[in-house]
Amino acid sequence: MPEGTERAGERKAGSVWDNFLRVSMREAGVAIALVIIVLFFSATAPYFATPENFLKIFVQIAINTVLAAGMTFVILTGGIDLSVGSVLALCTVVGATIMVNEDLSPWMSIPLALVACMATGAACGAINGWVCEKWKLPSFIVTLGMLNVASGLARVVSDNSTITGLPQPFVDFGNQIYFGVFPSIFLIAIVVILIGWFILRFTVFGRFVFAIGTNEEAVRLSGHNPRIFKIAVFTLSGLTAGIAAMVFLLRLNVGSPIAGIGYELNAIAAVIIGGTSLSGGKGSIIGTLVGACILQVLATGLQLLGAEDNVKPIVIGTVIVLAVVLDTYRNRLLRNLESR
Amino acid sequence: MTTDFKETAPVVDPATTARRDQDREAGPILKLQGVGKRFPGVVALRNVTFEVERGEGHVLLGENGAGKSTLINLLGGLFPPDEGSIWFNGSPYRPASPFEAFSKGIRVVHQELNLLSNLTVAENLLFEHLPSRRGLVNFREMNRRAAELLAEVGLDISPSTLVSRLGVAQMQLVEIAKALAHESKLLVLDEPTATLTSKEVDRLFEILRRLKQRKVTTLYISHRLQEIYEVGDRVTVLRDGQHVTTRPLQDLGIPDIVRLMVGRTIADQGVFREDIQPSGEALAVDDLRLTEASPPISFSVRKGEIVGIAGLVGSGRTEAVRAIFGADPRAAGTIRVNGHPVAITSPKDAVAAGICLMTEDRKQQGLLLDMSCAENITITDLKRLSRRGLLDRAMENAASEKLVAGLRVKTPTIFHKVGTFSGGNQQKVVIAKWLYRGSSALICDEPTRGIDVGAKAEIYDLMGRLAAEGKGILVVSSDLPELMSICHRILVFSKGRIAGEVPRAAFDQNRILSLAYEEYGRARGN
Repeated sequence: MPEGTERAGERKAGSVWDNFLRVSMREAGVAIALVIIVLFFSATAPYFATPENFLKIFVQIAINTVLAAGMTFVILTGGIDLSVGSVLALCTVVGATIMVNEDLSPWMSIPLALVACMATGAACGAINGWVCEKWKLPSFIVTLGMLNVASGLARVVSDNSTITGLPQPFVDFGNQIYFGVFPSIFLIAIVVILIGWFILRFTVFGRFVFAIGTNEEAVRLSGHNPRIFKIAVFTLSGLTAGIAAMVFLLRLNVGSPIAGIGYELNAIAAVIIGGTSLSGGKGSIIGTLVGACILQVLATGLQLLGAEDNVKPIVIGTVIVLAVVLDTYRNRLLRNLESR
Repeated sequence: MTTDFKETAPVVDPATTARRDQDREAGPILKLQGVGKRFPGVVALRNVTFEVERGEGHVLLGENGAGKSTLINLLGGLFPPDEGSIWFNGSPYRPASPFEAFSKGIRVVHQELNLLSNLTVAENLLFEHLPSRRGLVNFREMNRRAAELLAEVGLDISPSTLVSRLGVAQMQLVEIAKALAHESKLLVLDEPTATLTSKEVDRLFEILRRLKQRKVTTLYISHRLQEIYEVGDRVTVLRDGQHVTTRPLQDLGIPDIVRLMVGRTIADQGVFREDIQPSGEALAVDDLRLTEASPPISFSVRKGEIVGIAGLVGSGRTEAVRAIFGADPRAAGTIRVNGHPVAITSPKDAVAAGICLMTEDRKQQGLLLDMSCAENITITDLKRLSRRGLLDRAMENAASEKLVAGLRVKTPTIFHKVGTFSGGNQQKVVIAKWLYRGSSALICDEPTRGIDVGAKAEIYDLMGRLAAEGKGILVVSSDLPELMSICHRILVFSKGRIAGEVPRAAFDQNRILSLAYEEYGRARGN
């Protein structure tokens, strides 16, 4: 905490414990929760604390993490993107269609598929953003519409069938494991998160994302056009949906028009558990990564404990709400600590 | 005590009130003993002790950051004191919520009005105890009682009007009527006249005098020192969170009060720079029309000139400057900056052309309250701090530090959130962000509203310096003495048109006011 000026000097010097609490609460609240949950399952669930299990968890969080990265940007500006699940489905069929084309060598078709996925996703996102800003509509409605539109398009493009037979080098890369426990798709997710973190923290664009979420009108009256940034943010969310589609193809090796159902809700849950405020302006993308981990660790841990499939969603749903409840306490505690 | 309110009719005859008061023990209505309150990095109140007598008009004064707002928020139940104790009406007072505060008989009318804008006036007035039977609202009874209350404060509107349709002054009166509805014993008014015109102020004072006859105690906060003599019996001055004095108002002249508040003498509130010779055109507006039907507005501001815009609240001053800045659309009109026509359709265009606007509502429109002081300052021009889209934080911090020091913004560091700042300091941050951007013309809408005497003087001084640098400055203000002390010329708005222009040599309060009322008189046919 900043010290050293006259006024700050008047405050009673906080104890070391206070400072520790303050920093840990602000920066690492959710991370501590994750550690506690991991320790709990390590102690109680058989096979939980094994490299094989962690490998499995890493495989399973990759798609959600990538989606949630883009979602973090949208939620930080105060919007929401419900379309990412079906945009992902659309992108998987687009990408798979390109890759199964036997006229192209894998070294042509794979990059082409990647570009096409990203372009398709970004286009859907840009349309979301543009429609929202052009007619000043709530993003909830617009992206709900896109959810249906993209889903329909995915059926049209794929002719209502799943697309299999992806090129072998692509499948092999998807199965690749680095350093013993890190699957390739998890590393992709980490790279996406790091890029997002970098953008939010070090770029002008990132500053505007926070500023618009805090007070859009003040940004406008400061001589900027918030609409452009908001459209960009939705485009970014579509783009990450496209990348997530490639991750989906790497993991499951199949393009499907019915992929991604409900993914948008998992992504939103990860963002919210990660401490980002639904009203915008506050949050972090590292928190989002932790949020995605918490969701998957719970699911896996409960399974290993022998919980029934029907019980899992009950626990996870409770945790989502609990996370937000705890967040309000955390904020209150932070305020109290800072006023000491 | 709480239950009394439910059954009492909103308009009580003075005899009843008097009888009830006799029942209670005498002694002060409000007593503070060693009250203290801390906020992050700032001690807001320290060992404050004073008493408010039953039925008196008590004026609370102090510069911004002196602790007035904190004090009334304590009374209003927003948060408890860290130390010390408060007695109200003879018993210890420690409300857990604003609702409890008002049930005990303390009504705080905040500067930012707290009305529910999508409900009607009547619903707002009687919101806490809507007349009802079996859970169904009795609308006829509600509107009848609301009409009585409105008549009481002399507000000529229908009880079923939506609050969102009211002007600020009307909302203020609705808030006061609301205090009447619940027969509050202590009415706390935080700068009630900041947004009112002089006619409305007169009406408010009349209402306050009537309340006084009913033995309602008022705690009155204002930065307009001329007016406190009309409402106050005694005055309490706070400085830097500490109690300075409580004494009868008649013992003190304005210079004495100012000296007590700031602890030093301020020579003259206005600093008119005789040395500046305006030259060349900085900002010109030709035939600006807000709508097709509205009257055209034309004027210009020269470099180094401070031009005031006077007029009643609602006379179209704010609307005009917002249209010039591109914040709201306009139907017609050309704008020139430094003699060159500029196309302005958005604030972005205006800022690029060299026009800045300090909006009247700094919290909603001027600042990012949840972000740091530095981030608020540099938001106007991040390009300058960045290379290929990457922010240079060292550069950002240096630029902010410089402005914060130069404007004497009181904050422990530039990383503190501006939401925790006092009004004067927030306004300085707004000025800092536009200084950081740089411009040819600066438009200030109510730049000193809700700001203490010391900070006001600093802001006037700053305007003088900016004018000396060759900027054209346009100041919208409801504070006429303020405009008269700092401006070269004053444009007087009346009902959306410029009713007249008064040069400095001819400044005269009566003349300016009669111009301001010109169109309104015409409309009423007298």
